[in-house]
Amino acid sequence: MLYEQELKTFIDATTNFFSVAAQEPASIGSPYLMEGAPSVLEYTGIISISGKREGVVYFTAPKAMLTVMLMKMQENDFSHETMRDLVGEVANTISGNARRDFSREFVISVPSVLSGEKPDMPPHAGRRSFIIPINWRSHSAKLVVSLS
Amino acid sequence: MSANPKPNGKKSLKLMIVDDSNIMRRRIERSQQFEELQVVGTAGNGVEALELFKRTDPDVVTMDLTMPQMDGIECIGRLVTLKPAVRILVISALADKATAVEAMEKGANGFLNKPFTDRQLNEAIAELLC
Repeated sequence: MLYEQELKTFIDATTNFFSVAAQEPASIGSPYLMEGAPSVLEYTGIISISGKREGVVYFTAPKAMLTVMLMKMQENDFSHETMRDLVGEVANTISGNARRDFSREFVISVPSVLSGEKPDMPPHAGRRSFIIPINWRSHSAKLVVSLS
Repeated sequence: MSANPKPNGKKSLKLMIVDDSNIMRRRIERSQQFEELQVVGTAGNGVEALELFKRTDPDVVTMDLTMPQMDGIECIGRLVTLKPAVRILVISALADKATAVEAMEKGANGFLNKPFTDRQLNEAIAELLC
């Protein structure tokens, strides 16, 4: 069972990225539980966790949201690589905050990035997952926490 | 502390930006407001950074930590060996104290967590230049 504080670390890291980097706070929708592998959106930044917990945490977002985020960040490159770069940075922030808040019993990977709506997910994805909607402006992304 | 850029200052210090994210490299280059800093190049990992460092001899470096091929911690140690006077600001999402201490022990002079605002970046650089 996930502890509330662990979920809070992942959520805070994600919302902090919006507040600071994109200069506009995101709101959190109602979290829900899902069996199996949740669907992903166009771009996904993912970290793997092992040790005390096993599984994955990922941030998955539509291209339209990432495009507006890049505009707010004064970027003028909206290429596929830049979209991948951006979700990687969100995942990087989640990874960094988890390393800060969790004990050394957690082994947290560096982020990897997937694109497309049917990417090859790491093997730990697909068990029971918490899904936290991340709403920003008129767009919605998902933070998925899939840990045992 | 507030950043104190010199609007009409002479460009006299060379800055190298090291980060595996294109977005972050451009962001740092665009947001730093110090006229005396001239960006001499950017690198996407520690190996590229070492090569660029030898070619351009920068005075100031911003350094990411989590990068492919050679990470920032190892790169900091090598840069300081090449030029002990170089000023290095670590800019990383790794937010734990142990990482900051390790970077400082290798020779970094400052630490800024990602994500950051323009103001935080310029304050961190201002401190580095003091």
